[in-house]
Amino acid sequence: MSIAKAKAQGTQLFLPLSVLAILIVINLIKGADYFSMSVINGALYGNIPNILFGASELVILAIGMTLVSASSRGQDISVGVAGAITSAVFVQVLLNSGNITWLTIGLSFLVSCAVGIAIGAFNGSLVAIFKVQPMVATLILFTAGRSIAFMIDGKLSPVLANDLTSQLGGVIPGVPIQTPIILTVLFIAVVALFIKTTNLKLYAESVGINEKAARLNGIDPAKIKFLTYMILGLCSAVAGFIAVTKAGRHDSVNILKFVEMDAILAVAIGGNALSGGTFSIAGSIIGAYTIEVLSRTLLRLEVGTETIKAFKAAFIIVLMIIASPVVRAYAAKALRWVRSRMHEGIVLDTGALEAAAASNPNAPAKKEE
Amino acid sequence: MHSLPAAKPKDALSNSNLLFLIAVVIFVLMYGFAMLRYPGSFLQFQTFFDLFSLNAPLIIITLGISIVMIGGGIDISVGAVTGLVTMCCAVFLESGTGSVAGAMLLALGIGIAFGLLQGYLISYLDIQPFIITLAGMFLANGLLTTIHKDPLNVTMPAFVALRDFELVIPWLGTNNRLGNFIPLEIKLGAVVVWILVVLLAVLMKWSRFGRNLYAVGGNSQSALMLGINVRRTKLYSYLLCGLLSGIAGFVYIMTTGAGNVGNASGFEMKAIAASIIGGTMLTGGVGNLFGSPIGALTLLTINELIRAAGVNSNFQAIVSGLLLYIFIVLQSAVVWLRGRGKFRLALPSWLSRQG
Repeated sequence: MSIAKAKAQGTQLFLPLSVLAILIVINLIKGADYFSMSVINGALYGNIPNILFGASELVILAIGMTLVSASSRGQDISVGVAGAITSAVFVQVLLNSGNITWLTIGLSFLVSCAVGIAIGAFNGSLVAIFKVQPMVATLILFTAGRSIAFMIDGKLSPVLANDLTSQLGGVIPGVPIQTPIILTVLFIAVVALFIKTTNLKLYAESVGINEKAARLNGIDPAKIKFLTYMILGLCSAVAGFIAVTKAGRHDSVNILKFVEMDAILAVAIGGNALSGGTFSIAGSIIGAYTIEVLSRTLLRLEVGTETIKAFKAAFIIVLMIIASPVVRAYAAKALRWVRSRMHEGIVLDTGALEAAAASNPNAPAKKEE
Repeated sequence: MHSLPAAKPKDALSNSNLLFLIAVVIFVLMYGFAMLRYPGSFLQFQTFFDLFSLNAPLIIITLGISIVMIGGGIDISVGAVTGLVTMCCAVFLESGTGSVAGAMLLALGIGIAFGLLQGYLISYLDIQPFIITLAGMFLANGLLTTIHKDPLNVTMPAFVALRDFELVIPWLGTNNRLGNFIPLEIKLGAVVVWILVVLLAVLMKWSRFGRNLYAVGGNSQSALMLGINVRRTKLYSYLLCGLLSGIAGFVYIMTTGAGNVGNASGFEMKAIAASIIGGTMLTGGVGNLFGSPIGALTLLTINELIRAAGVNSNFQAIVSGLLLYIFIVLQSAVVWLRGRGKFRLALPSWLSRQG
């Protein structure tokens, strides 16, 4: 049982991992010094740390998006906007709290998390109670959110100019790894622990696969959906916090722009069905890093910044065609055909195909299927 | 799926028509309020027709997205494709060898190409529409910036003549502040919108494709069992949506006369919002093509109202979001109550007999 499960998970992770491997090989062909790292001012820099640094918000959002996709069979397109609102709250609370210490930063972060959970509850109530399609429900905040963030700011891009927040967005003295990477790893660990110790994964999957059956088995679908949206709200708050400390100022128009599309893409590249059901958070995390590696690879190959999007699109289309059920079925059929040909070749030692087909009446029936 | 008039004599008003009716009532109420509050601008015919003239591309895109949504899909590439078409037309017209007819063909060709590619991948390869149209959006955006990055004003005489051409209706006009009579002027884009609305509404209501699409959107499994070619129907819906994006692109450049990287950016979400307000449901199978322009006009009227009130422009987005919220909750409440079978709308018999 556990072996079969591990095998199933392996096939799901096969695609994103192989894509990641191909991208890394392309990078190595371009220049063998791809993995080289150097220590500048006591911290590691290089391609790999840069990728981990750049993708941190995306990874966190992809985790929440996976849960939401699994339970509610739809995607939240307001995550970037939610991050913009929560980070605006964070900046305002912090700037109004007088002196900036680790304590006030922590308190402001907790306030912004509460706002994130409230945003998640708003979206979740629409999806779980009013039974609105997730994309439509979150379109509301998508439309209004950046203006709300701007009104919280009160003016154009308030600046976070102090040592502590720049340490959070950059490097803490004495620690060789950039802080956003550490925060991301911490977050992943907390989520992994949460998933391991609770029934959330099982419940979310069962609600996503068949809501009515889950209801009959004593799981409240509304409650589970609501919970996953609140978790996604929390994820957006953490992502907003990381993004604003990285940037050092809050720009309500550009912060976390278009990240919702990338987060959904990460979920899909990770081999998860956007139509709900079983999910793998590891796949989504790999998917998120793959997107970051892809963007950086295109930059490294000196593709012009204006053409990058077109290349990215072509890449996604090819990937999705390979992963599509129809192509997979064809590939399986072709593989079976090749195998049977090889088998026949060994047994009969000649190319007597007709005889083989006549002696094996089951073969065409299988092909029909 | 509830569109068959004879299926249930008790609730003869289908969900499509009920949601459409709600949208119309709210639009009329809102415009009435606007006319009472700001009689100076909203009482003029010109203001009403300008809503069509200036926002023709958005309304055309809304029509396309409504068709895809009725079929149970989604297309978020429409705005980017429209932007790409405007830039391609601008480059083509400015290249010296271009002609207006050629630009029209180019616009339609790009739209059809995107529709065909996305439709084929979605319907025949079973790939999730959101991801494919997201890739389509990236592709169109990337091609747009690759072709030309800077704003490009079209100066070709034949095109400028077309751009500045306005239908003048002398018997419908208003006196301005000085007492001079100004006849009503309508841009060609508005005419295109009206023709398309009528054509597409007829297509969806009476053609085999339209009926099939409602069936596919309502329940693709039962549609398949009824012998409908589900895949081809879906492909045609995306093709039509792509074609409409192409037309919208040409109308866009016909209205503004310039190709620009920012053209029609963000239109996809506006169009989806307009479509929902107009009574189309993202779950598929429910919607009315007359509702889509009504939804777009409702959103635009709000923006005009806020502009007229002169408050912070950030309120435009917030109020649009609020309106969307009200509509979504209303729709969900209505559909839920009707689903329980305990809700009857007291309608006059002449209204409830229409299917």
